[in-house]
Amino acid sequence: MKLLALDSSGLVASAAVLEDEVLLAEYTVNYKKTHSQTLLPMLDEIARMIELDLSEVDAVAVAAGPGSFTGLRIGSATAKGLGLALGRPVIEVPTLAAMAYGLFGAAGLLCPIMDARRSQVYSGIYRFEQASLVTVRDQEPKAVSELCAELTALPEELTGKGILFLGDGVPAYRDLIDRELALPHTYVPAHGNRQRAAAVGALGEVYYAEGRFVKAEEHVPIYLRKSQAEQQREEALRKQAPLKGMTL
Amino acid sequence: MSAQNIDILAIETSCDETAAAVVRNGREVLSNVIYTQIALHTVYGGVVPEIASRKHIEKINYVVQKALDDAEMTLDEIDAVAVTAGPGLVGALLVGVAEAKAIAWAAKKPLIGVHHIEGHISANYIEHPELEPPYLGLIVSGGHTHLVVVKDWSEFEILGRTVDDAAGEAFDKVARAIGLGYPGGPKIDKAAKEGNPDAIHFPKAKVSGSAYDFSFSGLKSAVLNYLNHAEMVHEEVNPADLAASFQKAVVEVLCDHTVSAARDLGIRKVAMAGGVSANSALRAAMQKTCSENGLDFYVPSPVYCTDNAAMIGAAAYHEYLSGYRSGWDLNAVPNLRLGEHL
Repeated sequence: MKLLALDSSGLVASAAVLEDEVLLAEYTVNYKKTHSQTLLPMLDEIARMIELDLSEVDAVAVAAGPGSFTGLRIGSATAKGLGLALGRPVIEVPTLAAMAYGLFGAAGLLCPIMDARRSQVYSGIYRFEQASLVTVRDQEPKAVSELCAELTALPEELTGKGILFLGDGVPAYRDLIDRELALPHTYVPAHGNRQRAAAVGALGEVYYAEGRFVKAEEHVPIYLRKSQAEQQREEALRKQAPLKGMTL
Repeated sequence: MSAQNIDILAIETSCDETAAAVVRNGREVLSNVIYTQIALHTVYGGVVPEIASRKHIEKINYVVQKALDDAEMTLDEIDAVAVTAGPGLVGALLVGVAEAKAIAWAAKKPLIGVHHIEGHISANYIEHPELEPPYLGLIVSGGHTHLVVVKDWSEFEILGRTVDDAAGEAFDKVARAIGLGYPGGPKIDKAAKEGNPDAIHFPKAKVSGSAYDFSFSGLKSAVLNYLNHAEMVHEEVNPADLAASFQKAVVEVLCDHTVSAARDLGIRKVAMAGGVSANSALRAAMQKTCSENGLDFYVPSPVYCTDNAAMIGAAAYHEYLSGYRSGWDLNAVPNLRLGEHL
């Protein structure tokens, strides 16, 4: 099977083409230019380099979230447009699971963290059990201190082999993690510590084999947060609710 | 794809309408699909950009596919893909831009980024195929108030623009102030039909230095002051009279500027466009003043006044003929200037 894979969830823009268990091409850029300008030219470039025949593409895998809302939508709209034009499904790969999958086979716990603003990170906790990525705790936004407390509370059989941190949350929160986490932990180096479309595609192949994909028109990003306007409105309604005897 | 016909698939997501259309030769609308989000934003009293963007991504493929299906066409038969690249809400624009780029790339079709205002103006070509530049264009919407000379198909000279609020914005704000709710344009239009436009006199704003610029924030303040004053002296306000009087003030300044520009420049054709040009009082007044002054007047049906993709397809046709093509690095430009290529 042949897959296109995209990740524009964070600061990195990345596009890849995979065929069965082989990575044919990957283009990853971590630079300030907007994903809207870079993502499709990158895909175009690698497609030309490998003389990709688009009619052979079986599906489009996308880092579906969490991430920057706008970045996610650029990736999602690109995946949906490709899906529409090619008549192919979209494989929604959770951003943090794909990042963890990039470190296939690691012995310890994997903890990708993405800066989520408002003093929070999007984090997930994963480990490998033989060839399978196991979710210890699914991705969600929370404060780094909470994450450290959560890791500390995990049984020693999980944390005993150390914890690997990765993601763009590391530069911002590394000092805090070192202060608050007594467990052995380390930080993944450059080749494996950011989003990579190859990892999205590789995990996408696993999902595809399990039948986990959606029609392109059905795909929407996994935001993990409501819009600010919705949050504020719900907050306001909650405050009013007891007065008016309303329930939400 | 026929030898003579150019069929363009157009996408528009600049604000709170998810829209797609197939337009033949810039004139004939083969399909025009609009998913409007108005109801979603009503509880917030205006468009919430993040909510609009989320709804666009949810609906975009359904809307595009329906546009193809309604036109009884496949992507293969399309000659080009066009998309609104600006101006507008950046997050909303990006959904359409990324979608259009991916579709055009995968289907190996040329891509044409279109200016939203050029789209509004071009809506006139759909029902008035005889309309050709040069002519005077008045674009009035929630985000824009522009008086322009359309010198050629995609060449514009801006004569005047609003120095503060857009006309549609003033409608929204005034509607909110008098409790009519969102969206203000249609609400005021309806309320004004029951009111007396001469009940309250609101001043017409003049902008120093430019004969054709507009200002609506003074008028909006005058309405708010009127309301505050009425409240202070416990005087009852008739919303219908207020709506009618406010609307009259807006309509008069739009008509005055347009007619004087036409007279000053010796232009005999006037075309109006944009969401506010769906306003019944404005349409009637502009028609009347144009015919009194011997000007030909063009305005699209209301469905082509508010945001739609057919107008983007109409605008893209002339860009297509001129040989203009966008690259795969096409970006959304929230403050794109009219006549500026992407």
